Amino acid sequence: MTQAVFSSSAKVSGDELIPDKALIMSGYGINSEMETKEVLLRSGMDADIVHINDLIDRKFRMTDYRLLVFPGGFSYGDDTGAGNAYANRVRNNLWNDLTEFLEEDNLVLGICNGFQILANLGLVPAFDKQYKRDIALMPNRKGVLECRYVTIKPAFETLWTKGIERIVCPVSHGEGNFSCSPEVLKRLKSQKMVAFTYCREDLRPADGEYPFNPNGSTADIAGITSADGKVLAMMPHPERAMEFVNQYDWTLQKEILKRKQLPVPSESINMRLFRNIVDYFR
Amino acid sequence: MAYVHRIEVRYKNDPRLTVRTNRIRSLGFPIEELHVIDIYTVYTTSCDFSPEELREIGIQLANPVVQTFTVDKATVAFFDSAIEVGFLPGVTDNVGTTARQTIEDYIKRKFEPGEAVYSSQLFFVTGKLSPDALQNLATTLANPLIHRVHIKSRAEYGTKGMDVVIPLVDLHELPAAELVSLDLDDPDLIRIGKEGIVDSETDQRRGPLALDLAQLHAIRDYFATKGRKPTDIEIESLAQTWSEHCKHTIFASPLDDDMPKGLYKTCIQAATNRIRQERGEKDICLSVFSDNSGGIIFDDQYLVTHKVETHNSPSALDPFGGALTGIVGVNRDTIGFGLGAKPCINIYGFCVGDPEKSPALFRGKDKSNPILSPRRILDGVVSGVGVGGNCSGIPTPQGFVWFDDRYVGKPLVFAGTVGIMPRTDGSRNLHEKQAQPGDHIVMVGGRVGKDGIHGATFSSEALDPGSPVTAVQIGDPITQKKVSDVIVKEARDLGLYHSITDNGAGGISCSVAEMAKECNGCHVFLDKVPLKYPGMAPWEIWISESQERMTLAVPPEKLDEFMSLLRRREVEATVIGEFTNSGRCVVEFNGAVVMDIELSFLHDGLPVKHLRTAPPALVPITPVPSCPDSLDETVKEMLSRKNISSKEFISLQYDHTVQGGHVLGPVQGTGRVQGMATLTKVVPGSKKGVGLSQGIFPSYSEIDSYRMAVACIDTAIRGLIALGIPLEAIAILDNFCWCSSDDPGRLSQLKHAAIGCYDGATGFETPFISGKDSMFNDFSGYDEQNNRVKVSVPPTLLVSSIGIHPDVTKAVSLDAKVEGDLVYLIGETREECGGSEYFAHLGCSGGTVPDIDIAAMKARYKRLSNAILHDLVASAFPVTHGGLAIALAKVAIAGRIGMDVTISGDMRPDYSLFSETLGRFIVTIAPDKKRSFELAMGYDAFLIGRVIGKSLLITGNGFRVAVPVNELETAYKKPFGGY
Repeated sequence: MTQAVFSSSAKVSGDELIPDKALIMSGYGINSEMETKEVLLRSGMDADIVHINDLIDRKFRMTDYRLLVFPGGFSYGDDTGAGNAYANRVRNNLWNDLTEFLEEDNLVLGICNGFQILANLGLVPAFDKQYKRDIALMPNRKGVLECRYVTIKPAFETLWTKGIERIVCPVSHGEGNFSCSPEVLKRLKSQKMVAFTYCREDLRPADGEYPFNPNGSTADIAGITSADGKVLAMMPHPERAMEFVNQYDWTLQKEILKRKQLPVPSESINMRLFRNIVDYFR
Repeated sequence: MAYVHRIEVRYKNDPRLTVRTNRIRSLGFPIEELHVIDIYTVYTTSCDFSPEELREIGIQLANPVVQTFTVDKATVAFFDSAIEVGFLPGVTDNVGTTARQTIEDYIKRKFEPGEAVYSSQLFFVTGKLSPDALQNLATTLANPLIHRVHIKSRAEYGTKGMDVVIPLVDLHELPAAELVSLDLDDPDLIRIGKEGIVDSETDQRRGPLALDLAQLHAIRDYFATKGRKPTDIEIESLAQTWSEHCKHTIFASPLDDDMPKGLYKTCIQAATNRIRQERGEKDICLSVFSDNSGGIIFDDQYLVTHKVETHNSPSALDPFGGALTGIVGVNRDTIGFGLGAKPCINIYGFCVGDPEKSPALFRGKDKSNPILSPRRILDGVVSGVGVGGNCSGIPTPQGFVWFDDRYVGKPLVFAGTVGIMPRTDGSRNLHEKQAQPGDHIVMVGGRVGKDGIHGATFSSEALDPGSPVTAVQIGDPITQKKVSDVIVKEARDLGLYHSITDNGAGGISCSVAEMAKECNGCHVFLDKVPLKYPGMAPWEIWISESQERMTLAVPPEKLDEFMSLLRRREVEATVIGEFTNSGRCVVEFNGAVVMDIELSFLHDGLPVKHLRTAPPALVPITPVPSCPDSLDETVKEMLSRKNISSKEFISLQYDHTVQGGHVLGPVQGTGRVQGMATLTKVVPGSKKGVGLSQGIFPSYSEIDSYRMAVACIDTAIRGLIALGIPLEAIAILDNFCWCSSDDPGRLSQLKHAAIGCYDGATGFETPFISGKDSMFNDFSGYDEQNNRVKVSVPPTLLVSSIGIHPDVTKAVSLDAKVEGDLVYLIGETREECGGSEYFAHLGCSGGTVPDIDIAAMKARYKRLSNAILHDLVASAFPVTHGGLAIALAKVAIAGRIGMDVTISGDMRPDYSLFSETLGRFIVTIAPDKKRSFELAMGYDAFLIGRVIGKSLLITGNGFRVAVPVNELETAYKKPFGGY
């Protein structure tokens, strides 16, 4: 059973839908599946929201899709460590399907709780295709959930970050404090696997300073890819700021544009990330 | 045979160590460090685990990158004392449940009944604390109502560590119904009503029924006509259904000679009826007062719902659990609206004592059972609402905190939820529902335990020394999220049920009996209800308020499909009976009928009480000191008042962006100021959005409760007008939280407030769509000298507003935008400082509470929202608590830009700055919009200055205020900087 509560607004962007579809995981407290589907539709890719138990029961097959998304949420209430229990459910029931999916020319995206799940599954960093836990998302330094808009920028150009100067979108997590050993960090950098770092509004590095780096992440890391570049995992939520009016300072920007008699956009700059994904399949 | 294994998980380098340690130090404990170890105690009886299995379980419960774990071996560490905090038997343990599910998934075998994983936390304290200080530290880490605590010194801990504890529930109750004789003298009957039925096993009273003598006589007479004695479950059931909490007797009873139909019908419902009638085809209401939430039109396709609840008494005892249960409870009022709406926005409101004070008040004599400190209550309720919304994926943008020392004994915790649903599914209106005779009664979600027994009757009584601890419940938001998802995202659209309602106060006794009205009867088999642990008596199962449960009416032909779907979503669903048309509520337990009451008596047998009012006590008027010399300092001091300053620490820990609809959030502008209202998109493809705001003025109540109510309505509406929402797209909700409502003086204040509600709602033509009341918010206890103390909350009315914004791209925020913009004050200022924040600052009581001309305001509000929708306005902000100077300061702080304004008139300078006259706004506009804006606004708009420089300059008749904006910002953010 797929979930279709709101009608698609793919027509908003005018993009043609590509034939390949995305699989968006749901269930057990995942909660950002609908806006994730919406942002993909607006970028030109249709998606099915599928409860993990329907994959386990073989009502749906992972290998029928090209993009696998672990969206944001609070799977299992973050109990026993954010993303850990959901990752265990995937590993204990869907591991063969998942490795088969990863063998093909497919992409995997994890946002927030999705990043936490992918880290626990070892899908990132997956050096040498070894799926083991090498990085962790620890509790935020402040010890509570932090919800605020942040600015992040790509550290390297990847298929995901092509043409992106910055993304301005919310973080909203209790456990996003990126942590790994110095050796792993060195490899992440040398293999150009750091996808996004937290920075200031003028794009200077956050250098660990709160609130620009909202959680204490090592090396300001906000997102990484897998060694083969096919998996992107990030803590901030670009799908929650798809429209111009979703941006924190849009009322100010609108006044400035109006005074200059410039047009006010309807989309946010963050859509580029999702268009890059869809372009990969075109 | 019992097998017990203890897994201890710890961080190699805990990132929270500094924050946690500093927090405990700030509470006065001279510790060096405070470490936390997560403990999982695995308890099985059917078979044991191998060492390899236990090691793998440890790996699955820990993260080896940053954590280590031990199995059946004490963690080795440097520390001076160890404190272990676990749950008491029967308390909801969400972490333990998740750990159990992970283990089951790994070993591919379900735990047997009675087997479980129990979570606990072990704290290692370094630093020398006296035994007393250590005990005190333990009470800040734990709550004795729900936690067990075990303390060991390093020497006692040794190499063996802490003791293994299995918090098994062990009940020895008679699992049958008992007959109760009501052929007693009145004093004995009164005692049953106050303290409960005597339990024949223990000879102890079972806890308050909150039934008065007239009600007990009615019950006795009813059963006399039936020729039999009532059972305990019948009396308990009537007590639940007739409780103040469920029947709202004070709002429903005839009042004085002029309100024979009572306050609710005369003032609240009548206002809505009149507005709907006068609006005719332009009526926005779809479902008001009759369902779990109120519903209004969003657009042609969708409707939105809103409901605000309170959860005061439980939050006084367990702030975290009480507030969490409050918010997930009101989420169920959304899921239980019509055939099930999707929760899409949460709101919150907290009325608490000053968190920097620690009043010494006790529930018991001889300093026993102390109240929790206001700080502890604030921290707990903030966290409870946050965890509830965050875990459920519902944004929580809108809310408020109000501080007044009269809330120390009984805090008020408001929790509300907005829902969205399609208006039809093609064949039926989704806001309508009707259970049919023959439908199965299906209980869905969590299992039933002793949690929350007597919750409904308990909240109808003032808190006193005998308050039962079973009234505390802890919610499980993930179980509820699973229930919510499968219902509103799947089962509803498959048409698998005829009706649904939530299990809140009174549990299934109320939900099933309520739904039974739709078809006129029900037959329940209580022994089918799944229990958390064996040994509960039938009356307990019937009225238990265990959380995360919904009751549905499922037709026989859909039952298999429904049960199969819920099984696949791992949501427990059980058929517990059948809806009938017998006109009776019949309950069986193990083959015996234990309850058989006519629905007409159950719902309408409540004897009518005639209430009388008397004039309330007058508020003394104190002299007002002369105007301060330096108003610069006064402006900053006012900004640092807790009721005015920034409470952003709350907004930051509440996810206000999930579901992707953030348009105007809880903080706005570069300077991050908390607004009065928020705006959220709830349908991605639509231009429309939902605006939410509220009004609350407890400090006006004692002076003039009529004007207090009008002020609440005006302010709730004004917040939305400032976003550009038209008046005719706004609806409101009422939450009365009164005190000592059996006192004729308090009743008089209530009556005047309710009349204010009628006049305000009909005057603005904004219908009430839902409401709730809580009538006894009083604390009775003792001070340190054993003197009896009663602390009553000020009569409090919360008016919440919901409005549909026609085009969110036209909305404006509160921050001043561009240097050179013009600043307008909309509306005149009068000398109305009674009950104001300024008088509270001066320590004055009495004075004049703001009054307004509603008809004039209505015209003004229509003009302003229209001007905003025509792009004439750059920012708008209502003038509320603290008056004009505070509103100007907030607009400047938010824009991080100065303003230079001049105010006219010859009022006393401080009054002109801080008077709380209603109906006013600060608006800034681009200079080239001057002509069109003034034309649109008419005589209401006063040009007072412009946006310029880096200071706020206010010039008036014989005075001048000049404060740099960065100093204003510091003053505004200082009080809660460390929270």
